[in-house]
Amino acid sequence: MSRPRQPDENPHGVDLPLDPLPGHSSRGRLERILRRGEFAVTAELNPPDSANAQDVYERAAVFDGWVDGINAVDASGANCHMSSMGICALLTRMGYAPIMQIACRDRNRIAIQGDVLGAAAMGVGNILCLTGDGVQAGDQPGAKPVFDLDCMSLLETVRTMRDDEKFLSGRKLSTPPAVFLGAAINPFAPPYDFRPLRLAKKIAAGAQFVQSQYCFDVPMLREYMKRVRDMGLTEECFILVGVGPLASAKTARWIRSNVPGVHIPDSVVARLEGAENQKEEGKRMCIDIINEVKEIEGVSGIHVMAYRQEEYVAEIVHESGVLKGRRPWTREPGPDDALVAERLDHILETPSEKPTDMVKDAAG
Amino acid sequence: MSKNDKPLTRKSGVTQASLVRKARALLAYKPADVSPQRRVQRRYTMRLWSVRHARFLEWFYARFANVFLTLHPVWNAIGYRRAEKPVKFVERHVKGFMFDCRMCGQCILSSTGMSCPMNCPKQLRNGPCGGVRANGNCEVEPDMPCVWVKAWEGAQKMRNDEAILAVQKPVDQSLRETSAWLRVTATAAAEREKARETA
Repeated sequence: MSRPRQPDENPHGVDLPLDPLPGHSSRGRLERILRRGEFAVTAELNPPDSANAQDVYERAAVFDGWVDGINAVDASGANCHMSSMGICALLTRMGYAPIMQIACRDRNRIAIQGDVLGAAAMGVGNILCLTGDGVQAGDQPGAKPVFDLDCMSLLETVRTMRDDEKFLSGRKLSTPPAVFLGAAINPFAPPYDFRPLRLAKKIAAGAQFVQSQYCFDVPMLREYMKRVRDMGLTEECFILVGVGPLASAKTARWIRSNVPGVHIPDSVVARLEGAENQKEEGKRMCIDIINEVKEIEGVSGIHVMAYRQEEYVAEIVHESGVLKGRRPWTREPGPDDALVAERLDHILETPSEKPTDMVKDAAG
Repeated sequence: MSKNDKPLTRKSGVTQASLVRKARALLAYKPADVSPQRRVQRRYTMRLWSVRHARFLEWFYARFANVFLTLHPVWNAIGYRRAEKPVKFVERHVKGFMFDCRMCGQCILSSTGMSCPMNCPKQLRNGPCGGVRANGNCEVEPDMPCVWVKAWEGAQKMRNDEAILAVQKPVDQSLRETSAWLRVTATAAAEREKARETA
């Protein structure tokens, strides 16, 4: 009846947080994997434009057994989708390890601090603090940009809530949110000299792991990582490099001119253009980039952003061999699920098992 | 009501904003600078001059702050509250001209290479976002040089070039439209007083 328990799973239920470990700030799986020194893989869930929970589960199911954390994006690119809070609520119910993104664009400090508490209470172990794209980039450019906090002060706010057990105002929390704090980096945008220093600043503000913007320019990343290593930042922070397949040369050009902060060198576009099957070549190139990136000293993992190509994530992760045979947590039916399945027909046939009825039947 | 009268309900999805947007192409009036941020000046000339002369401005501001501090008894005699209105007027116009100041009331120009971070459409006070264009311009306003790219350039010129690395607190919105000069002076005076008492 019972199945072998997976590593990093609470024996009392998959949706429950793990026991706290010394030196860990969260009770989630991602932090355990990173602190054990294993190469972590995270992926981004494409948020549905629907109010159907099944959509979220289907989109999460393609990552089963291949990723250590699933990013629940907060209206990425300022486009309206299901909220990261809602996605996290659904994912935690099923035992997935979500990374909740919080963008400062849409909510002020009052709403954000409330959401952090709510998320931690639901069992979200990881929070990624972002500034967020400007509203002009999205589908509703007439929206009011909030930007009450910025990513740095957001990191500091959540860190204060966790470590000092108080709100920004100084009011006490009775149970602090136990979360692993993340931030984003973009080594591919100017001012290039400032970027490593900005990472240092983020670490000072509370970042424990960072996910980078799409990396298509490995030499540039190498240079950045060298400076980061020289500053000793890789000791204090886990760096996950963002990668993803490009569907075609046309997409690459579109992303380059329309998505803020993505740097795609001409050589990449040329390589895609020269290929017979551009989609296949895009995937191949993503794997090549992963293979180069994983050798860079100080890189602790990858963050796969396969927008609208989520089904390729498993293939990409498998073919690049970054997991080295390790199998991340998979959603499997628990022992109680098997019990229910066994009794399913019986339950449906006799919907009522009231003791009074049973007595009446027995008395006959 | 006759049969031909159409019901007054709007089609779903039609808002005032979408009507305006549709009509925009046909209208004679085309707004020049569409930006989520109110612009103080049309050109960036003075802002960029201030960044280029960050070292001089740093030197000048140190002297200026000292003068203000020595005037503390004067401010006290007039009353900080009564002094606020004229000082704010001068501050708004001087800093507005030099830095496109937004009167956030908690000036950190000395830590941002003399480039006002409140001019950033995202009002970032801790460094550039990831959306900076390859030419160093803003993601939101393509013709504006990124405030933080400029801040980094300005900070390199300054004597205290480490100040840009400090993590800044979030903006206190309740201090908007107040004088940062007077606040800094009052705080410095209070500190000086405290130091005197303990000494």
